[in-house]
Amino acid sequence: MLELYLLILAMLASALVAVETKDLLASAISMGLVGFAVAIMFVLVQAPDLAIVQIVVEILSVIFFAAVIFRTTHFDTTVGKGIDREVVFPAVSFFIFGTLFFILSLYALNDLPRFGEPIMKVANTYIREGLERTGAGNLVAAIILDYRGYDTLGEATVLFTAVLGVLVVLRKVGRR
Amino acid sequence: MGKGMTVIVKTIARLIAGFIFLYGLYIVLHGHLTPGGGFAGGVIIAGSFILLILAFGAQEMGEKMLYRFTAVFESLGALSFLLLALLGLIAGFYFFLNLFPKGTPLHLISSGIILPANIAIGVKVGAGLLAVFLALAATKFLMEE
Amino acid sequence: MVLFLACILLFLIGLYAIVTKRNLIKIAIGFCMMEYAVNLLFAFIGFKKDALAPIIIRVSQERNFVDPIPQALVLTSIVIGLATTALLLSLIIRLYERYKTFDIKEIRKLRG
Repeated sequence: MLELYLLILAMLASALVAVETKDLLASAISMGLVGFAVAIMFVLVQAPDLAIVQIVVEILSVIFFAAVIFRTTHFDTTVGKGIDREVVFPAVSFFIFGTLFFILSLYALNDLPRFGEPIMKVANTYIREGLERTGAGNLVAAIILDYRGYDTLGEATVLFTAVLGVLVVLRKVGRR
Repeated sequence: MGKGMTVIVKTIARLIAGFIFLYGLYIVLHGHLTPGGGFAGGVIIAGSFILLILAFGAQEMGEKMLYRFTAVFESLGALSFLLLALLGLIAGFYFFLNLFPKGTPLHLISSGIILPANIAIGVKVGAGLLAVFLALAATKFLMEE
Repeated sequence: MVLFLACILLFLIGLYAIVTKRNLIKIAIGFCMMEYAVNLLFAFIGFKKDALAPIIIRVSQERNFVDPIPQALVLTSIVIGLATTALLLSLIIRLYERYKTFDIKEIRKLRG
């Protein structure tokens, strides 16, 4: 478990760097570091499916951010000239809300089963009968495509709509 | 972003893009035996095309042809996934019935409807993300004209 | 328990970026970070100590697996997160073309 704690420290540190730094390209790259740390943590928690998807999605995300930053401004962010008065009220109210949220989540997370001992009521049925009923060796694929195939249909629809939205917003407007 | 990169990058991209495409195809097809599946394989297939576009420049790869090509493949993938789900409704009794023969476990052609569904999702996700990348990074923006 | 709280901390860092920053790219990075935090929390909930990944290799092996259901839920969530980020970035590009800046204070001033 030592690797998990070290990775969490690296992830939080680079998240803070990504949010606070002045250079936009540096914050996109720190975002990539957060995503890679999340992918390695998926491997350590025995979820190789998620690790593969997370790494490739993270690489595409960084490519999209870098493409936007290269096309628009090569320069740094335009904010950061000292503390201006407009940001004091949101920052203070955020810190109050954040502390309250953190304390309440301590109580809420105590009700979950302890880390490392899940209650696997439905999952035990899937693990026992998964191979005979669906014929698939990969239990996660059997769940998303056979037991809960309707959710995958919904997700395919959402992806289609999002791609459609991007293509409509970025259409080349022709002036003839 | 319209022009390509140096000669070294172009040579390596030409050599490697085929292997990346083959790896994505392997992950899609073996989705029911090893980790991976349709989503991861689809994104890797899109990645191989993105590598070629970044190395050679968008003008040389012909962005207009790629737009039409990706639109056709994305719609094909979505429609064939829906068709597989409706086959269960028509031939069996409920939606998404796993009606293809299940075969011997842990072979490549087995597990009913999961293999064609993985292929359909792989095609759909790959084509969709390629279209998004072309729209975000490879077309000329309004203000550069 | 400490691991769950670290996920909540990452979520709060993302929320801080959305609420207090004035640059549009930083706001988009905050959205991304909130999605990663929630996915990580789900994956931690399904972990079982000294168990293996849920892939069956031989038909007659001992099946001591981690919980496969949270993994199935997070799989679709990761890909939807990418689609949402792409849509957000396309809107940001259109805003930059119209107002020539990423600063939300300037964009709020120039109306019409």
